[in-house]
Order: sequence, then structure tokens, then C-alpha cells
Amino acid sequence: MQAPVHHIIGLTSIVRERVLPISGNVTARIQQKVTPNDVVAETRWAREHVLLDVARLLNISPNAADRLIKCNVNDELKANAEIAMGKGMFAKSIRAPRAGRVVAVGGGQVLMEAGETKIELRAGIPGTVIQILPNKGVVIQTAGGLIQGVWGNGRIDSGILANLADAPDAILTPNRLDVSLRGSVILAGLVKDVDTLEAAAELPARGLIIASIYPSLLAKAREMRYPILVTDGFGSLPMNSAAYKLLSTNAKREVTVNAEFYDRYTGARPEVIIPLPTSSDPLSPKEVEEFAPGLQVRMRRPPFMGMIGSIVSIKPGLTTLPSGLRAPSAEIKLENGETVIAPLVNLEVVG
Amino acid sequence: MPSSIITSNSLLAIDVGAANTRAVLFDVIEGEYRFIASGIAPSTAEAPIKDVAEGARNAVANLQKIVGKTLLDSSRGIITPTQANGSGVDALVITLSAGPTVKTVVVGLLKDVSLDSARRLTETTYTRIMDSMSLSDQRKPDQQIDSLMRVRPELVVIAGGTDGGASRSIQKLLEPIGLASFLMPEEKRPTVLFAGNQKMEEEVKTLVGSLSTSLHFSPNIRPSLETEDIDPAERELARMIINIRKRQIKGVDLLDLWSGGHMLPTAYATGRMVRFLSKVYGSQKGILSVDMGASATVIAGGFKNKSTLKVLPQFSLGQNLVGLLNYTTLDNILEWSSLDISSGVLLDYLHQKSLYPATIAATQEDLAISQAIAREALYLAMQTAKKDFPQNIANIKPNLTPLFEPILAGGGALSDASRPGQSLLLLLDGIQPVGITTIILDQNNLLPLLGVAASQNNILPVQVLESGAFLSVGTVVSPVVSARYGTSILKAKLSYENGAEANIDLKFGSIETLPLANGETGKLTIQVLRGADVGFGPGRGGTIPVSGGALGVVFDGRGRPLDLPDDPVRRRELIKKWNWTLGGG
Repeated sequence: MQAPVHHIIGLTSIVRERVLPISGNVTARIQQKVTPNDVVAETRWAREHVLLDVARLLNISPNAADRLIKCNVNDELKANAEIAMGKGMFAKSIRAPRAGRVVAVGGGQVLMEAGETKIELRAGIPGTVIQILPNKGVVIQTAGGLIQGVWGNGRIDSGILANLADAPDAILTPNRLDVSLRGSVILAGLVKDVDTLEAAAELPARGLIIASIYPSLLAKAREMRYPILVTDGFGSLPMNSAAYKLLSTNAKREVTVNAEFYDRYTGARPEVIIPLPTSSDPLSPKEVEEFAPGLQVRMRRPPFMGMIGSIVSIKPGLTTLPSGLRAPSAEIKLENGETVIAPLVNLEVVG
Repeated sequence: MPSSIITSNSLLAIDVGAANTRAVLFDVIEGEYRFIASGIAPSTAEAPIKDVAEGARNAVANLQKIVGKTLLDSSRGIITPTQANGSGVDALVITLSAGPTVKTVVVGLLKDVSLDSARRLTETTYTRIMDSMSLSDQRKPDQQIDSLMRVRPELVVIAGGTDGGASRSIQKLLEPIGLASFLMPEEKRPTVLFAGNQKMEEEVKTLVGSLSTSLHFSPNIRPSLETEDIDPAERELARMIINIRKRQIKGVDLLDLWSGGHMLPTAYATGRMVRFLSKVYGSQKGILSVDMGASATVIAGGFKNKSTLKVLPQFSLGQNLVGLLNYTTLDNILEWSSLDISSGVLLDYLHQKSLYPATIAATQEDLAISQAIAREALYLAMQTAKKDFPQNIANIKPNLTPLFEPILAGGGALSDASRPGQSLLLLLDGIQPVGITTIILDQNNLLPLLGVAASQNNILPVQVLESGAFLSVGTVVSPVVSARYGTSILKAKLSYENGAEANIDLKFGSIETLPLANGETGKLTIQVLRGADVGFGPGRGGTIPVSGGALGVVFDGRGRPLDLPDDPVRRRELIKKWNWTLGGG
């Protein structure tokens, strides 16, 4: 049976697409070395539109209005700029209610874009641009450690990793967040209150990597301007041993936390990247595996949720579980030496 | 590919779901179509594979192993027709429910008329209504454009204008849509369905034709103020969804090609089957189908002259599970639990399960939580679907579930129940059927596959249905009555074919069963007390033939609507007792 793969790897080749939400200009060059903060593409985005029905305002036909409209598509208009002038002794002047760019003219109407903002797409990870996606973005390659998470607040940043997780389930409290951590990416076990999230924002921290989070804190976590990445799930789950080991042993290194939203269709996942110098490109991680003895797996449902073990054997046929359900299952040896049975659909391969 | 299924024998049917893909083989045995076996594999619409054809091939490969017949060629394509060496199949049909919900904007002239019809039409498939526009919309056109640009709909459904009626108002509504589409990049422009005033076709083409990825027309769903006719537009919309999926998900185009361009959304195929059944077997009562899947809960009702189909992604048990809390509370869900579970544990569960929709309950506690959630989701789905059931359908009380015969149930939540009794209690709690009805479990999720096959081979569904491919749970008697717990509300005598008899004295608040094996029939004489109504009228009894099932004849004496005790300890004890009575453990 095909197995989902969750990447927790010490050294691998990482290739990531970085694209604009709408089309724009790519500013990076092929083979350019980029840092996480380098702008690789940019575009402009207007959130608001102004529709001026000149024909109706002048009480004339659309064709007649078209003849009176003075602006053209792509004209940048200032607020109060004249768009059309009616005829007659008391001619009415139609003016732009606010500054904007004309995007359509016709049918006696003028449509303007207003409130335009610039969108800058940053590289997000350090590496080399290996492909330009015209008008969209770039593909960047790097080598290093990769730890995928299960939830992210949509932010991205880089900094030196500071380990505040004395144990995989250590609770982070505001009093541990002192000024020495300013600009760091903080590794912790659990966060149980809003105060801790706010204290990290006040430092400010460049990122927070935690094992689990209470669902009641998610709304606040989304508001935070620094990236928050959850490695294991919701509630009080300790960090899985593979992620904890890899992250805690890389403390004081520069890491990138890309806490992007999990999108099961595109494959985008929140992830931590630990760039490492290499003399040659390491292998890319496997995206698909088949369940087989010897593979390292993580449990995704109770009992033993979050624990890591290795497959001892795949059970033949269907196995009856304590819930009474019957499903294809495997015998798993957990890290504590205990051997348990788990349905295959509740497992994911770690690697 | 064969040109027609009617002349062929074996039929391979594939259902590509959000979590799993099933390949099902039907073949002719002793002159009749039979369900042979099904193979299952994880669906592959999502990353990393992002190609639904791969999951379909894996499911067929698993089916091959079960039936010992080669169905895939060396390049993993389906072998059609059946070869001299016995490999391959004669025909192939495919249904699809995988994929993200389609972001939709509905447009109608009048809020309570055409806009309502457009909403009902849109809810017959896997969509999420992001915005709606009508003449009563207070927003200015530029604000509507801003909203459309934010939402970036993949689909716009427009209704309005009686045939031959006003057209200027519709034009006014179309303007922002045309302008917003113009502002979008070509590949992001929405697909548009116009199901309004037929005289406006040319104007609609002019206003939005060149600005939409594809513009479709269907007969007016509201030809007059009093008439609504959604069916033809529903058919058009079903194919539009497949075309949208072709752009979204790799492999859909290949599967559609395999099926000869007849691929259908799973829910539409289910609705078609229910419509077909209500025509073939239709009685005064309606036919109900519920399917609780990872992408949506689908409720299809077949009535004498009308059918309804409701696709409710908000009550799905997959990645949108947390969204259930927009419609209910943690306490409401926990009311259905047989175990003492805290609301914090439940909240964590909802979030965790949303991450891994395909996972299953391995422990008793996990199962109790998943079953409680499924009950609440089904209950809410039924309450929502009920609002759009036709008027004047058979019922005991208008505010209760109408009378149905039979009720068909399938989907992941029911497969997640370890015993038929667990599934039955979930259905009794969620649907709250009234009167006398048969409950049938579609354990292999065959209903949509029979629906997609029905359009080309109307013998196959009937023969498969009558072949025992579905599991009859039994006949359920649910009196509508109000009484004190423990009061006698119904007495019944079941006369078996061999002359034996069994009696029951049903007390309010209890569930009782009388054995009647699958395939057996009997005569059930019911005498009601305290003015109870089982469909014969208040206080009236009667004698009816009944057929058996896994649980025989089940008497649900808990009253309608179901009112669970407020005391949590007593409530949990009762749920355990009811489960135990039905053999649910």
C-alpha cells in the first residue's frame, strides 16, 4: 500500500517554487544566489475598483458618453482629474473620485483600479535560482535539513535557532522570552496561552517552532507577524522524537521557517529548512513510499499518536482493532521498545 | 472502447473519492448482472502524486488481485473490451468526488425566487457559495466587482427572469460579473452557467461570453414565479463540474476519456439513481439516500414527481471537519457520545482529524468521538436538506422527517462503524426516520456507480440491487408519540413463515428488536398505545408484510423528535444501552 511521506531529514536537496499570487515581474536571474530576504519577483495589486457610469451621470447614451470620455486605458489619474465633460451651458464635469489607473473604457463607463499596493515576493529560503517561471516566480534549490510541520500561520522568516525546549513537551512561558532572544527562531514544546505568543511578538522573534498548539490559540497565532510552525498537531502533543532531535541538535544555526498554509492539493506544507554547506548535491527526498518492514513511521491517530517507530511486519489480510474496526495493519516497534499494531491508514513514513 | 454497454457483459465502475478510490466489477452470472468484487486504494488527487488516474489504476490493480483477472495492460491502461483470454472488461463508468469545493457565486433577480433556485441548483454539486447577488443587493457595482476579485470564483451560476420576462434587470446584474472577469487573467476567469430567461441568450453571450472560460446555457430553472425546474440545469452543471476538475486535477481528462466522456460527479450519479429508484419502486413514501463522505454529506430524496439532491461539504467528515463548528457546538456533538469526553479533547480531535481525513478510529474512545461527530453532521445535514424537500409529501408531522421507504446509506462514516448496529443507531439518531421503513447499508458504495451506469444500462442497477449486494439492516418501526420514559407505547406480533410468533411490548425511551434473518419475510401486526402513529394514523395499528435484515425488525421507541436526557450520565448510559441492544457493542 502506498504510504504518505512526512519529511524529517538531516540532509537533503530541497527544491521550492516561489510564485506570486498574480502575474508580475520576476526580478531574479537564473543561477542567482539568494538569501531568504531577497526580492525575487514583484507585482502590483489593486484591492478596490471605481466604476463611473458616465452615460448615466450625464444622462446621455453610452455611445455619446464614449465620445466625451477623455481618459484611456492605463492612464494614471489623480483624484479629481476630469474624466468627461458634458455639453451645454451648464455642462457637468465627471471627475475621478480618487486616484487610480484606468483599466477599462467603453459602453459609456470608466472602470478604475484604486488603492494599488506593491507585492514583493521574497526568496524565503537561501539557495540558487535554478529556474525562472516567467511572470510568476522562481524555483530555488538549496541543501540542508528539512522538517515538515502540520500547521503554519502563513508567515516566513529566518533567524538563528534558539532551543528553549528542554524536553519535547516543554511548555513555553512568557518569562523564558528575554531580550537575548530578539531576532531568533525559538524552538519550544507546547504553547498554552496567548501571552506567550504576544511576548514572542514583542521581542520580536523571527519564528516559533512548537510541537502542538491549543485550537483556541489558532486565531491569535494567525495574527502574529512572525512565522509559527506546529510540528505535530493540536492540544498537548509532545514533539515527535525525529523532529526534536534534528531541531535541537541544530540550535544556534541559521534556519528558515516557512510557515505556509498546508495545501493538500499543491503539496505546500509548513517547513523548517536548515541550510547546510555541501560539496555535492544530496539526494532529493522520496515523495512516495510503499509500506514495508524496516521503514520509520509516525502514528497519526491514537493510541500512541505522534510516536515514531519502525515497521516490523505488515499483517496479512485485515486486523481487528480495539475499536472493532477491521483494516490492513502493521506491527510497529516503537522507540520505547513496545510493539503495537496500527492500521496502515493511520501511519505516515518519516524520511 | 465499446460504443454501448447494453450489449456488453462485464462493467468496471470506478469512484474517485476524496480519500479513497474504489474499482468495482460487475459481471453477468447465470444471466443476471452481479456485483463481483471491489478493490480500493488511496485517492491521488492530492500531492505528492496529484494525478487521479494513478489512484484509479491502483484500485483496479487491487481489484485484479481479488478477482484473479487481468484488467490493466502493460502500460497500466484499462483493457477493453474483454479479450479472448478473459482479460479486460466490456465497459467502464467513472464517478468523481475528489477535489476542492468549487468556489461559486450565485446570481438571481429576486432574492426569494430565482436567487433561491440558483442556490438550490448550486447545492446539487461540490460547490461553496462565496457570494450572492440579486436586485436587493445594497452594494454598488464597484463593490460587487471588488468582492468578485477577492473571491475569484471558479463558477458563476445565474438565474432570473421568467421566460419572455424582463431582461434589463438581468443585464444590470451581469455587468459587474463581466467587468470582474475582464480584470482577471484569462486562465482564472470563471465558468458561467446561465439558467435564466431563455430570450436573453444573445445578450448574455455579448456581456460575459468572451470573458468567461466557458459559458453554458440550460433551460430556465424558474420559467415562472410558481415553477421551479432544476433537473436539466443540474445535468448541465454536473458536466461543467467535471470540466472544471479537468483544469484543476491531473488525470481527470484521462479518466473521462476512459469513460467515453460519461464521467459524472458522484453526488449527481447518486441523485440520478435515487430518481431512477423512485420511478421503478416508488410508492406514496419517498426514497432517501444518505452518503457521508470525506468531501461532503450527500442527501438525495426521490419523491413521486420530484427529486432533490443536496451536496453539503460543510457537513463532510474530511478536511473541512473543523468547519462543522460554524453550525453547531462542541456540547451538541458531545450529547451523542457514549463516553465521557471533554470538549477540549473533542476540539483537538476535530483539528487533528482535519489534518488526516483518511485515518480511522483504532480505539474505543476515538470511535465514540467519530461516531458522535458523524451523528451531529448527519442530523444537521438532514435538517438542511429537509428545507428543500417538496411540499405535500407523505409525512406524519410536517416538522418531522417525511416518510421514506427505503433509506439507503453509505459513505466513510458508516464504513467506520464496526457493526451494522452501530451504523443503524447513527442513522436513527441522525435521520430520525418515522413510521415503518427499511434501512439498507450500501457497504461497497455502489449506489453512485449504479447511477452512472443506469443512463446506459438500465437493467444492471435493478439486477444488482435485487442481488443482495446491499446489506439490509432490517425493518425499522419508529412511532411518533410523546410519553414518559418506560410507558408502553406499542405492542407488536411478528408472525414468521414457519408459523412461529414473537411479541414485543415497546416502552417509551427504549429500542427493541425481533429477529428476522436476511431473506426471510414475516407478518407484523402492530397495536399502538397512547395515540402513537406509525403511519397508519394516530392511535391506529395494522398488519404489514416485513422483510428481514441483519438486525431483523427494530423498534425505536425513543419518540420524535429525539429528545435525549439532559443528565449526561443517564444519557451516556442510555446510548450505551441502545448500542448494546442493536449489537453495536
